[in-house]
Parts: sequence; structure tokens; C-alpha cells
Amino acid sequence: MQVPAYVEYEKATSVAHALALLERFGPEARILAGGHSLIPMMKLRLAQPETLIDINGLSELSYLTVTGGELRIGALTRHAQLLDSAGAARHFTILHDAEQVIADPVVRNWGTVGGSLCQADPSEDLSAAFAALKATMVIAHPGGTRTVPARDFHTGPYETVVGPAEILTEIRITIRPGGGSAYEKVGRRAGDWPVGAAGSALWLEDSGPAGGEPAGTIADAGIGLTAVGAPHFSAAGAEDFLRGAPATEESFARAGELAAASCRPVSDQRGPADYKRHLACELTIRSLRRALARARCAGGGAPGGAPRDEG
Amino acid sequence: MQITMTVNGVSHTRDVEARLLLIHFLRDELGLTGSHWGCDTSNCGACVVWLDETPVKSCTVLAVMADGHRVRTVEDLARGGRLDPVQQGFAECHGLQCGFCTPGMMMTARWLLDHHPDPAPAEIREALSGQLCRCTGYENIVRSVQWAGQHGAGQHGAGEPAED
Repeated sequence: MQVPAYVEYEKATSVAHALALLERFGPEARILAGGHSLIPMMKLRLAQPETLIDINGLSELSYLTVTGGELRIGALTRHAQLLDSAGAARHFTILHDAEQVIADPVVRNWGTVGGSLCQADPSEDLSAAFAALKATMVIAHPGGTRTVPARDFHTGPYETVVGPAEILTEIRITIRPGGGSAYEKVGRRAGDWPVGAAGSALWLEDSGPAGGEPAGTIADAGIGLTAVGAPHFSAAGAEDFLRGAPATEESFARAGELAAASCRPVSDQRGPADYKRHLACELTIRSLRRALARARCAGGGAPGGAPRDEG
Repeated sequence: MQITMTVNGVSHTRDVEARLLLIHFLRDELGLTGSHWGCDTSNCGACVVWLDETPVKSCTVLAVMADGHRVRTVEDLARGGRLDPVQQGFAECHGLQCGFCTPGMMMTARWLLDHHPDPAPAEIREALSGQLCRCTGYENIVRSVQWAGQHGAGQHGAGEPAED
């Protein structure tokens, strides 16, 4: 029987209250959101906080809004809510792709976006998705808020820049024209962590005249990589190569090679390092392909695979 | 600490340790042993109950997190001596052998049918993909849920409290 060790418990009634509780109980206090990462780790004594500060009552942190040219996601948003969000799927389909393969439907009902990011498991999918989208994390502290690029959010496995008296409150993603995005994951079975995964976001300079099929030039690209030892969950060299390049199969193949070369996967029970490096290449290419189709679709060009639901 | 939650329409107040898991609260404190305690790692889904309107794995929720909330367990499926169509479906289609996974399967199936009254097999498989059965090979479970969908499974509204 696995049960957590003895722990104190406080229920936060607001973000300010949660911050005050964090200050009061010190660095051995942990925020409890969905608990679907933290509670299993507490059972195994891999985490042994002295105090849990439960933020599940903070509805002020549970929202998805499109405002001011940004998608804003409250940190307490459940995975199922992000998966069901037509607005998120329309602007950033990569999030819909990733959420479909995070854990299983029942876990997604209670696990939270912010909790996953703060758990900072190297195999966690959203870190790469937000890295690809060049998202911004909003962190609250007793004196106000600060923002951190998604790529600077993690300082190592299970470590983030969120300080002992701070809370991740929001993820912001800028909506830019000509964009499309996609996430590709290979796992051993439903609900499992990935063997490897890659997500891409593309922004085209010109989606081409209606009816035409020009390749288009890539204005900007974001590539996120999961579980393959990629620095900052991303592939900066491949992105540099793609910026200004034509959106072609040849470009994507080269980007895949560069992405794979930048990874340092380790062999484990999910697969050998060379296979994971192969996945980094191949899944980068596949996600770029789908991102391109969606960018063209969003730009009014040829039909792609993007959902067209409103909301 | 003292917590109060409404389980299957009945309010319960208890003093518990913060580390007590919801599944153990239901089974050991309230004697509701229909929900099963299985893998302990949020993989198997035998412990699925509803927290308010949502199926959750109760081995990965602390009882204190349910303070002030409503919980619905498999004991609440049958109403007024009549089985829920989901239960009938499992009986009609041989949806269980040992029965260990069945309470969790049925609670998730109930939720699915409340939101998608006539789901396709692929939708049923996706909805139940976080729950393990080591006996049936899943085929009969999928048929059971389909049977329920085709036999008035929508007769209970989503999250309705017991009101016989």
C-alpha cells in the first residue's frame, strides 16, 4: 500500500493567500494543483513536502481566453479543458494534438496544465509544445508578477525557475498570422510517456495567391522536443536553418537532421538512444509537414488538416 | 483536519489526516467498498469515482481535496432497486469476469453516455483507455457500453443527486 508521508495541508483562497502561505511555510511547502504528478511522487517518497497548499479552489486560475492577440491559459486549467478548447485548437493546433496523447482521459480530467509544467518531467509533452510556440510564463510573487520565456522556464529535470514563494499563474502565446502547428508523439501504449515526441510551429511569410501552391517562405519556426534530451525542450539550430528557408520537404529533412543532432537522448526502458535520436528527426519532419498544411489552411490556401471549429 | 463531503447524496463529516487518499476514505471511513483500490499509481482506473461532475482516479486525489465537494461512486448507479443501463449492459454482454475493474469502468462509461448518448466503439475505447481489464480483452466491455447507449442510458441526467 502506497500512501504519502505525513503532511500538513492548507487550502488557499486566492493567489495572494497562496503566496502568503508559501512565505509562511517556507521552501518545504509545495503547491498542490491536480496532484497527478505530485501525489504519486509523494507515495514513492520522491517528494516529501512538509506542507501542501491546495490551489484547486482558485477558479481565478482556471481559464482559456483569446485577448489582445494572445491566447492566455490559466495555470489551473485542466488538461481536458485545454483539449476541449476550440479557440486553442484553432490558433495552436499543436496544443490539441499534445493534449490528445497526454496520459488518459480520466487523468486529464483532473491534472492541470500548470502542474505539468511545474513538475518539469523531461518526458512531459506540454513543455515542448510551449517551447515550439515560444510561449511566455507568468509567475506571481509577493511583489507582483514576472514573465519568463517558456524556454527558460526549466532549469533541469524536475526543476524550474519558479521560486519557493512564487506560483506559475498563466501561459501566454502570441497569435501571429500565417501560423500552423502540430505535435507528433510515439509511445509504447495508450497513456504512456513518450519514447520521443516533437512539435513544430511554422509562420509563413506568404501563404501564396488563392488557388496557387507556392512553397512559401518560412518567416519563423519553433521546434519543441520531448524526452530526447533536447536543450530547453527545443531545437534552436534547426529553427535558425528554417527561418527564411522555403517550406519544402528538403528544408524539413535538413531541419530534422539538425534537431536530432542537437539531442542527447539516453537509453532506458522505453528505447535505445539511437532510436530516440531517429524519432527526434522523423517526428520533427512529420510535425513540420502537418504544421505547414495547417498554416496554408489557416491562410486560406489549400485545405490542410486543421480543425475549423469556431469558439 | 475536519472535512465534509457529499457522497452519493449523503453528507459525511470526518476528521482525517491530509495524506489520506480519497479511495481509502470512501472504502475505510465510509465503508463504500464498491470502488476498488488497484494499482495505486493512477494507471488502472479501478478506483474511478466522480468528483462533482467529473470522473477521477481516487487513488491520486486526497480526501481533503474533496472537502466541500460531491462524490459519486458505483453504489449510486442503481436507483430505486433498478440497475443503471450501464450495469445492465455489463450483465447482458458479459462485460466482466473477475469484476475488479468493473466499478471504475462503469463510472467512466456512465459519464461518457451522459455526454455522448450513442458513442461509437472508438469513442468508448478512447474514454476507457486509462483503465485496465486483465480478463475480458475489452471487447465485451465496449459492447456493454454500447448496449447501455442503445437501451436508455441517458435516463439519468449527468450528476443528478440520488432522488428516488
